[in-house]
Amino acid sequence: MSETAIRPSLPLAAIAAFAVIAVLPLFLSDWIVFLIALALAKGAVVLGVVLLLRGGLISFGHALYFAIGAYTVGFLANRFGIGEALVALPLAIIISALVAATLGLLLTRFRGIYFAMLSLALSMILYTVLIKFYDLTGGTDGLSVRGFALAGVTPTHPALVQYYLVLVLTVAVVYVGARFLASPLGYLMQAVRYNEIRIEYLGASASRAILASYVVSGAISGLGGALVAYLIGHVSPELAFWVSSGDFVFVAVLGGTGSVLAPFVGSIAFEFVKNYALKFSPHTWKLTLGVFLLLVIYFQPQGLWTLLTRLRAKPR
Amino acid sequence: MTATMIEVQNVSRAFDMLRAVDDVSLSVGEGEIVGIIGTNGSGKTTLLNLITGYLQPTSGRIVFQGTDITGLGPRRITALGMARSFQTPQLYTGLTVLDNVLIAIAAHSGRGADFWMPMYRRDCLSEADELLARFGLRDQATATVSNLPEGGRKVLDVALSVVLEPKILLMDEPTSGVSARDKFSVMDTLMPALKERRVTTIFVEHDLEIMERYAERGVAFDGGKIIADGPVTDVLARLQVRRAVLGED
Repeated sequence: MSETAIRPSLPLAAIAAFAVIAVLPLFLSDWIVFLIALALAKGAVVLGVVLLLRGGLISFGHALYFAIGAYTVGFLANRFGIGEALVALPLAIIISALVAATLGLLLTRFRGIYFAMLSLALSMILYTVLIKFYDLTGGTDGLSVRGFALAGVTPTHPALVQYYLVLVLTVAVVYVGARFLASPLGYLMQAVRYNEIRIEYLGASASRAILASYVVSGAISGLGGALVAYLIGHVSPELAFWVSSGDFVFVAVLGGTGSVLAPFVGSIAFEFVKNYALKFSPHTWKLTLGVFLLLVIYFQPQGLWTLLTRLRAKPR
Repeated sequence: MTATMIEVQNVSRAFDMLRAVDDVSLSVGEGEIVGIIGTNGSGKTTLLNLITGYLQPTSGRIVFQGTDITGLGPRRITALGMARSFQTPQLYTGLTVLDNVLIAIAAHSGRGADFWMPMYRRDCLSEADELLARFGLRDQATATVSNLPEGGRKVLDVALSVVLEPKILLMDEPTSGVSARDKFSVMDTLMPALKERRVTTIFVEHDLEIMERYAERGVAFDGGKIIADGPVTDVLARLQVRRAVLGED
């Protein structure tokens, strides 16, 4: 079945999912609400990875944009005393997009393992810069993010305001992602995976399609990083480390690539499994995560998202 | 006399010691339907690849409607109004037939980089539906391309080229891999649709029956050189061609 066939049911599923998430703070403890917000923010980065995966390109370096977004918030708050989200978030998106546009010129020349390794190398360069330029970046200590404000107001319950900020922006990201996947560029990215020769003989450019997608992907990932910086209240070089990039790819596989909602489903599942694994088996939590992924790959090779679509499609 | 559509001037292409195309000159006029015949390795497909920018000539020039296209890549040549299909259809196999056509329509209309407006738009769907009906693929519109029979893929490969409204179309063995029973139905679908659009057509074929039935002019290749060029019946009747292509004594 073509990946496009699931498109019509998306809006209803998305509205229902976000309506449920919106009322969760009324019923759940603070740490679970925090975990959901964190998962949604990271889900934006996973969506960025998925946009490229649909073109057959695996980015093992998306922590680069995750960290750029986070450090934009960190620098503004820590060095300039600007905690205003309406300033920091757009700036994080713009800077991430500009970096993606620049690095994309180089990356679009590569495919397969070369694309994956080069993207990884670029993120590790940022990681090293963040560690070595101590005076500017705080080195391994990182930067604390203080003074969160939204539209000039410093909230009395920042965690709750941040939760709804993340939720609203996740809706916006899902909307942009859905438009992207349904657009000619979204389909052209799928075409890249199947046949670049035909793209050129249709008079289109595979490289330009990848570059445009890479910029969109980088911008969305930068936003995800910026939101995580507000949620955690601290940024550190670990955000740019290769393990962080690996996690995003891991979650992309976990959630699947068949829907714009899949990265968020995968991200929520990942955060919960990881945290409960840490709680109940602190010495073997990585093993638990690995087994979880293996089970998903074995029983739901198209990702957790297909589990939801299959349950919905079951005859009553 | 018709205007010249494409002119190949003393073109050669060597692969190490092998001269796959050897000092070939060929002129094709507007509206002509030219069939190129020859054995495997005679240089037919290499010539198509040279004309369409997939390969670059070692020497010689290729002129398309007065523009020197030697050295240009596929995308720029396509933009000038030249399209091609392939011996192995070049399609997006994991997508549906309709997706394939809509991608071609978006690319042709310059909307390939549009990431905001949907690809499934009413005007594009109507254009796609008309095209699929003309090429006999309407019933397979929602089928995934990998599930299409080879004949259907061949037809779709050409249909994607026709979306581009080309002035000239080059087809590489449009009936290879298609059963003997279906080969005429594939060509009966393709050729009237191309004639209707007054597309100058060059096709490479092994099959003499296809050549006789659908080409107006025949060009025979052997050893990288043109050994005969003229009305298709005359070319196929020539002893030299029959010896080279059919191996007749």
